[in-house]
Amino acid sequence: MTMSRLKSFPGGLHPNDSKLATAGLPIEDCPLPPELIVPFSQHIGAPAESCVHVGQTVLKGEVIGTAKGFVSVPVHAPTSGEVIAVEPRPHQSGRLLPAVVIRPNGRETWAPGLCCAVPQELTPVELRERIWQAGLVGLGGATFPVHVKLSPPDDMPIDTLIINGVECEPFLTADHRLMLEAPQRILAGIRILRRILRVQRVYVGIEANKPDAIALLTPLFAKHGIEVVPLAVKYPQGAEKQLILACTGREVPTGGLPMVTGCVVQNVATTAAIADAILDGRPLIERICTVAGPGIATPKNLRIRVGTPLQHLVEVCGGLTCEPERILMGGPMMGAAQLSLAAPATRGTSGLLIFGPGQLPVRPEGPCIRCARCVGACPSRLLPTTISAYSRLDRYDDAEKYGAMDCIECGCCSYACPAGIPLVQGLRQAKGAILEKRRRG
Amino acid sequence: MLAAIICLGLIGLASAITLGFAARRFAVEVDPREQAILDVLPGVNCGACGFAGCSGFAREIAESSDITTSCPPGGATVMEKVANIMGLAPIVSDPQVAVVLCQGDNDHAKAKYRYLGINDCRAAQKLADGPKLCPGGCIGLGTCARICPFNAIEMTPAGLAVINRARCTGCGKCVASCPRRTIRLTPLDASIHVLCNSSDKGGVVRKYCSIGCIGCLICHKTTPEAYVVENNLARVVYDHHLEALPAVSKCPTHCIRDFATGYPQGSALAPATVPLHSGKAA
Repeated sequence: MTMSRLKSFPGGLHPNDSKLATAGLPIEDCPLPPELIVPFSQHIGAPAESCVHVGQTVLKGEVIGTAKGFVSVPVHAPTSGEVIAVEPRPHQSGRLLPAVVIRPNGRETWAPGLCCAVPQELTPVELRERIWQAGLVGLGGATFPVHVKLSPPDDMPIDTLIINGVECEPFLTADHRLMLEAPQRILAGIRILRRILRVQRVYVGIEANKPDAIALLTPLFAKHGIEVVPLAVKYPQGAEKQLILACTGREVPTGGLPMVTGCVVQNVATTAAIADAILDGRPLIERICTVAGPGIATPKNLRIRVGTPLQHLVEVCGGLTCEPERILMGGPMMGAAQLSLAAPATRGTSGLLIFGPGQLPVRPEGPCIRCARCVGACPSRLLPTTISAYSRLDRYDDAEKYGAMDCIECGCCSYACPAGIPLVQGLRQAKGAILEKRRRG
Repeated sequence: MLAAIICLGLIGLASAITLGFAARRFAVEVDPREQAILDVLPGVNCGACGFAGCSGFAREIAESSDITTSCPPGGATVMEKVANIMGLAPIVSDPQVAVVLCQGDNDHAKAKYRYLGINDCRAAQKLADGPKLCPGGCIGLGTCARICPFNAIEMTPAGLAVINRARCTGCGKCVASCPRRTIRLTPLDASIHVLCNSSDKGGVVRKYCSIGCIGCLICHKTTPEAYVVENNLARVVYDHHLEALPAVSKCPTHCIRDFATGYPQGSALAPATVPLHSGKAA
């Protein structure tokens, strides 16, 4: 199969994917840390509100934070134990944000009332309600509440479900391992999503650099009328708009929601978690996380509890090989740099990457040589160099005219720039300023 | 040769007649006062009045006869001239000047992380609330200095914005550009300021800054009218700024400064003859 035959999107690039270290490693269960720090803010939208007090004994799966509003989800206790604090703790955003600190008692007692269900016996509305109660968010990294995406307005008919198994970020292999180890769970999740959205057409997009996953899932899913689509090995193939374009040829219009194309995209890990939530009644309290990078002694794919401190993950993986220079939560292209290992892993932590001194090149910034490599790499077909220049001149109106709001902040432009210009950073700055202006009216 | 001269001469004549006719026929009525106002305005187009440049401001005044909006760079003298042109009584407003309420440069305030992003305070502030441990101090990437239309802000080598009070017109562009509101507009005649913007408790401030306000209340106890302490942060009551002097030398962290005698250390604006405090907390 040649690259040109594979479906894809215009633009993008292929950074060295560095996945070999962990792609062949089976998922291991991460032992419980002495303390779990469960933040209330683990999703896009309003943070949950505490409903526990210090000294209280909580059971595994018990609600410890209630949702506030529609775009919000509840937070659950990842294990049974004692609440030793409800206070601001280090968060992945670099701020101190409210969190529940739980000392596990090791008994792993499940909370009562978590019930198994047969999807066929529940209505789509009931299924959606249960998904919301289970605290499900998109596990690809953006942590958008799942029930919102599953509630399309009446004027947006949905005819296609796309399951995202692309995992185009370098280093990360969590979704790859899940597809190899739990294809039946993903299938069960797809069937639930089909029932909720009432769609027949389902694509599973997988990058062609995971031939084992494609070979395993293609015959298995074909029996259920689900098409596995091998996609070109190119970042950001797993971005929602780019995935829709590659699978269906439909393009999300400027300023529009992905839903207007009639497609709903869910990540493979989210799909498996939906099956867990409906079939077993298990809320979202664990996820698979790749701990890797040159600064980690033994990289691993771990099944971690939400709230596990990053320090504990590092210790489970044999510790550090050097003084960390850069700690990234998520992949190297879009992941968030961390202040320290004190913050906990949350529902969106698809990876923890550690780099030592000199392992991530920091190029000094030079002048733009008008080579247009950023233009060629931009998956949103923008002119990053122009918009970024406007942004740095505070000319946000011009940046908006050139389509700054269509930027998905994938970082291809900065990666491609031979002059080391922080292009995506300028675009992000412009987007922030434009949004602020819109808010003020 | 002759033909060419005649030809060009005729073309020139025809154009002159057309233009002359058009200038009279399509002339736009302009309020003469608008041009007169524009002539007295400073012409820097800074936008501090809220209009698109000086011409926009001149047109607005000529049309509305409203001179309550002032021209901060021009100050009272320009607004008096504008009032004369409009035949109105001048509105007296106190001139203002911007002040950076921070002395915590990289030598005095500790960093939270090493910032490698774009050279813009607003971008840095979005990353974990800024690269300094202090939540209110100057980030030091110079966004205000680049935005100032009057080149009145300089960045010290240690990364602190310092305002040249002689050049500052009080237009307020830097105030709007500072993501931490570290810069404020203050009355020009007030020379004593509490140069700190951290509302953390004293013990916390001491951990990350050797020159920040610890909310110890000594200034308030020395001259109760001139200082208030709110949220662990002292500030000068500018209505009583003339009484603020006795507390300057009593501040244990030297965060109260009198601009009449010296600017913060490291600034080229600091008069060499004026001895400054050591800057180190006792």
